[in-house]
Amino acid sequence: MFQALTTEEWQIVELSLRIATWAMFGSLPFGLLVAWILARKRFWGHALLNSIVHLPLVMPPVVTGYMLLLLFGRRGFFGAALADVGIVFAFRWTGAALACAVMGFPLMVRAMRLSIEAVDRRLEAAAGTLGANALWVFVTVTLPLILPGVVAGMILSFAKAMGEFGATITFVSNIPGETRTLPTAIYTFLNVPGGDAGALRLTLISVALSLAALLASEWLARRAARNVGAA
Amino acid sequence: MSLDVAIDHRQGDFRLQARFSAGTGLTALFGRSGSGKTTLVNVIAGLVKPEKGHVTVDGQALVDTGRRLFVPPHRRRVGYVFQEGRLFPHLTVRRNLLYGRWFTPHAERRARLDDVVEMLGIGGLLARHPASLSGGEKQRVAIGRALLASPRLLLMDEPLAALDDARKAEILPYIERLRDQAGIPIVYVSHAVVEVVRLATTVVMMQDGQVAAAGPAGEVMSRLDVASLGRAEIGALLDATVTAADDGYGLSLLATQAGELRVPALDLPVGATLRVQILARDVMIALAPPQGLSGLNMLQGTLAEIGLPQGASVDLRLDCNGAPVLAQITRRSLETLGLRVGQRLTGIVKSVTFAGR
Repeated sequence: MFQALTTEEWQIVELSLRIATWAMFGSLPFGLLVAWILARKRFWGHALLNSIVHLPLVMPPVVTGYMLLLLFGRRGFFGAALADVGIVFAFRWTGAALACAVMGFPLMVRAMRLSIEAVDRRLEAAAGTLGANALWVFVTVTLPLILPGVVAGMILSFAKAMGEFGATITFVSNIPGETRTLPTAIYTFLNVPGGDAGALRLTLISVALSLAALLASEWLARRAARNVGAA
Repeated sequence: MSLDVAIDHRQGDFRLQARFSAGTGLTALFGRSGSGKTTLVNVIAGLVKPEKGHVTVDGQALVDTGRRLFVPPHRRRVGYVFQEGRLFPHLTVRRNLLYGRWFTPHAERRARLDDVVEMLGIGGLLARHPASLSGGEKQRVAIGRALLASPRLLLMDEPLAALDDARKAEILPYIERLRDQAGIPIVYVSHAVVEVVRLATTVVMMQDGQVAAAGPAGEVMSRLDVASLGRAEIGALLDATVTAADDGYGLSLLATQAGELRVPALDLPVGATLRVQILARDVMIALAPPQGLSGLNMLQGTLAEIGLPQGASVDLRLDCNGAPVLAQITRRSLETLGLRVGQRLTGIVKSVTFAGR
């Protein structure tokens, strides 16, 4: 029971981490942009954009997965066009990353938006009088000040990706070595007679990974907060 | 260097209609809270876009609504010291100081870190973060940060308002040095008479969004109609030179345009210059130089203006050899003595206040 991980288990862990990492970094620029727009801009359709961003949090994951299939499947609205330039999501690990990114997006945006709203805009005005244009103000003042919120958003997105099940299995199925992540693998084991032992081993791995991720995130958040001079 | 401002701007119910020019030295925008001073400096800095008007520095327009011209704040090279400092909390004092310098073109980086650090006495703070600084230290760093961007003009919006008296006293000398040494014109917003009297070269008095009076500090601060001053604080400002450090009786001798003054010995050498204030309520009036009086300081002058009576008292302005000296007397004395404009009088000065270097 407590022997080293098998090749298959390694594959599952590696795939899960790869998908979650891509989901997190891939959605980061979009998350930051949307959070900034929601926090700073007032325009017609503000409430609508906010609702759309939050949809994946409220809808059943199966619905999100099915919508992704409709949009990014081989014959989907975007999927067909993207396939022409060589980007395929359907039934690939990239699709799993996309599903995880979409599911984690509202969590990421919320955390970042709150931190952007908390920034003292008078500091940005001060930076402006010192010669910094809008982009430099963002890079040298706003971004460092919201770093704790950005880190929190990334951690939430990563955590969501590690546990994502419904949208992933709907959109990209459960293909060993391609889209079989930890949750889908455990689910598979539970559906096979005598698979309990395998499921338990993966469950323990899952617990260990989650714990490590939480500890790492705590450390990161502390560091980020200290850099802002919150002390 | 010259600053020329003429704007007409509405903000809610408030209308700001101001026109003034400022040259070298320190120009104080003076007036009560809500008189439009901060909005005015925000317009100069580019943080507020005026509805109509222009702001020109050295002949170059920063905003001119007639020509649809608006230079954004980051391209104005106008330094701004805010009331609350606004230091960047995530940067050390050193990196706060050097922040603006980084955005200044090489050829225009006149201010040097070492000079500014020495002038403001902040050498020991460089490695620290703003959170660990006292209010006075923060404000000195904020001044240094603005200076190191080598601005063409420095705006200061009540930089001392958030500080207690001890901290104010700590910073005032630095602002005096800045005015005399840095060679950058300063626009200084304040509602505190003490600060204006001590620092200002030129005073622009604001009232309800309008310029009520503008001109050299000594002139504006001695006007009888300068209504927003507290009555107790009306007084004449005089530039003085020490002619004798100690007359043998523990008194220093000062030469002013209005005449000679004796004050308790100052710790200043002969030839030193300073600014003194003579409050109107500290001046008595006599028709002829009185005999047998213990008072030492008497100034001869001509009665130039009689102010409007306020309660039992009335303010007078004497022209003493071209310098204004104010006196506050009772209406009863005004009548008893039969004072008329143009009359020769003697002002007996009960006390002289040191007002700045």
